[in-house]
Amino acid sequence: MTTFILIMKKFMGDRLAITGLAIIVCLILTAFLAPYIATHPRDVFAVHPAERLQGPNARHVFGTDDMGRDIFSRVVFGSRISLLISIVAIGVALLIGVPIGLITGYYGNRVSELLMRISDIFLAVPQIILALALAAALGPSIQNVILALSFTYWPWFTRTVHAETRSLKNSIFIEATEALGIGAWRTIVFHVLPNVSSSIIVRASLGMGYTILTASVLGFLGVGAQPPAPEWGVTIANSRRFLPDAWWYATFPGLAIFMVVMGFNMFGDGLRDILDPRIRRAKR
Amino acid sequence: MRFLLYVFKRIAYIVPILLGLLTLTFFISRVIPADPVALIAGGSASPEQIQELKRQYGFDKPLYQQFAIYVGGLAKGDLGISLYSRRPVMKDLADRFPATAELSMFALLISILFAVPIGVACALKRNSKLDHLMRGVTIAGLAIVGFWLGIMFQLLFSYKLGIFTLGRRISVPVPETVTGFYLIDSLLTLNGRAFFNSLWHLCLPGITLAVPAFATLVRFTRSGLLDVINREYILYETSMGIPRWLIIYKYALRNALIPVVTQIGLLIGYLLAGAVVIESVFDWPGLGIYAVESMLMSDYKAILGVTLIAGFICTVSNIVVDIVITFVDPRKLEQ
Repeated sequence: MTTFILIMKKFMGDRLAITGLAIIVCLILTAFLAPYIATHPRDVFAVHPAERLQGPNARHVFGTDDMGRDIFSRVVFGSRISLLISIVAIGVALLIGVPIGLITGYYGNRVSELLMRISDIFLAVPQIILALALAAALGPSIQNVILALSFTYWPWFTRTVHAETRSLKNSIFIEATEALGIGAWRTIVFHVLPNVSSSIIVRASLGMGYTILTASVLGFLGVGAQPPAPEWGVTIANSRRFLPDAWWYATFPGLAIFMVVMGFNMFGDGLRDILDPRIRRAKR
Repeated sequence: MRFLLYVFKRIAYIVPILLGLLTLTFFISRVIPADPVALIAGGSASPEQIQELKRQYGFDKPLYQQFAIYVGGLAKGDLGISLYSRRPVMKDLADRFPATAELSMFALLISILFAVPIGVACALKRNSKLDHLMRGVTIAGLAIVGFWLGIMFQLLFSYKLGIFTLGRRISVPVPETVTGFYLIDSLLTLNGRAFFNSLWHLCLPGITLAVPAFATLVRFTRSGLLDVINREYILYETSMGIPRWLIIYKYALRNALIPVVTQIGLLIGYLLAGAVVIESVFDWPGLGIYAVESMLMSDYKAILGVTLIAGFICTVSNIVVDIVITFVDPRKLEQ
């Protein structure tokens, strides 16, 4: 418990991590309260030709798009898509990657070796290229984006957890649990996992940001969410036909991506500094 | 001897990784629900014509046989025929590679040129105004999505200020082809007009692509140098009366830059991935646009080719970095 309080104290003193957390909380609130925050919640999909391509004004704070839809409301509702994609994709990647990392790190046998080589294959190309190929093959939809991103992100968890587990394996307290006759599974779940959990949290936070970024790229390139979904990447792709005149059309969804990704990065970085004393020394 | 053995082992590692990647991509791109043959044949093709095309492209054979045929072709440097451009994929890739390589190398070069000195300055003047500013810049630089930044740059620098012209790689006659890199070709043929014009075209996409790389390198240079500067051997040298700049330049920086070199190796992959997106924004006729087009068209041979070349470049650059680092820091051999 004292460790927890100590970590909380450090966390509260870290401006970066706190700002990141605040942004994440805002994102979650926006996603849940979207119908109340959006100024024109019923206009997210409705077409109003008379109001098309209006610049930011009192009625439409972020302006309107080529269908006369309120961009602010669409950005607000877009947060739901980004949050959904990142939570599910990272959740699935975590469920695949962490057990593999634990097992391969704990048992250094042939199977572990094979699994690690498989994860190397995934890491041999930038994630986005594999995700792009997979999403395009499966057909453009939000479900397939989630599938593509989780299927290509798990090796990052595996690698992180594997390395930590391997170094823990040589520590005295793990040797002690073995000497006490505690089974391997029990050791992994109750003694190794809690000790690697901080790295998992950091990796997950950075991964959430990265996943939102990648999902928007897939949307932008036309293999992710499809119009008329208010996804941020898709909106920016649509806006390109109306540039440079309708600058607001591309600007605000992009700012939303930027803020959210920055929030996750700041939170993840701050947390890593607090939880990992080795890095803290270098960063200060 | 041990070093040579290490180099050999690292190079031999490329083959299984690429074979694995090939298998993975082959089966990913063949889960395509859309029938690739129907795509080539068009809507008006009769069932006989479709059957004929299937035979022609080898789609009538079982999947594992198609895979074996593909790998066999690959061994001879044949990546098959693109379903869309109807040209050998190898030729398509070779035509487009210089554009992407020029863009990525330019981005890498400017990010190193700016990031390393700035990172050093931040480390030496810790908590100064510059340091705080750069911390903000690096955090923002890693969170900006490339296609949006590209569009914002276009809005500001091309439409509003009219500094840069948009579209493609060059707007004067293309220099005589030697390497396919316009900058190098125009230098070789002493074509000043083409050189400056292509440099001008390179600026906006290059800078857009360089932003995350710049942020990463500033970060690693700063933390690398801070890590070294507090070591005891630096204190020793200071107490010996060696001038500060000499200590930094000769003793600290060499150790500090090891993690930076590792990052440069990793960045080559990221730049390649970034190019996929940036090329679409700037209409840059490289591998990135080719990758996106082939994926949207379910042109699986082109997809395989692109993934393979990306995997090859990333793996090789990582291995080169590993070897360089082991050469610089032989302690790594022990690990």
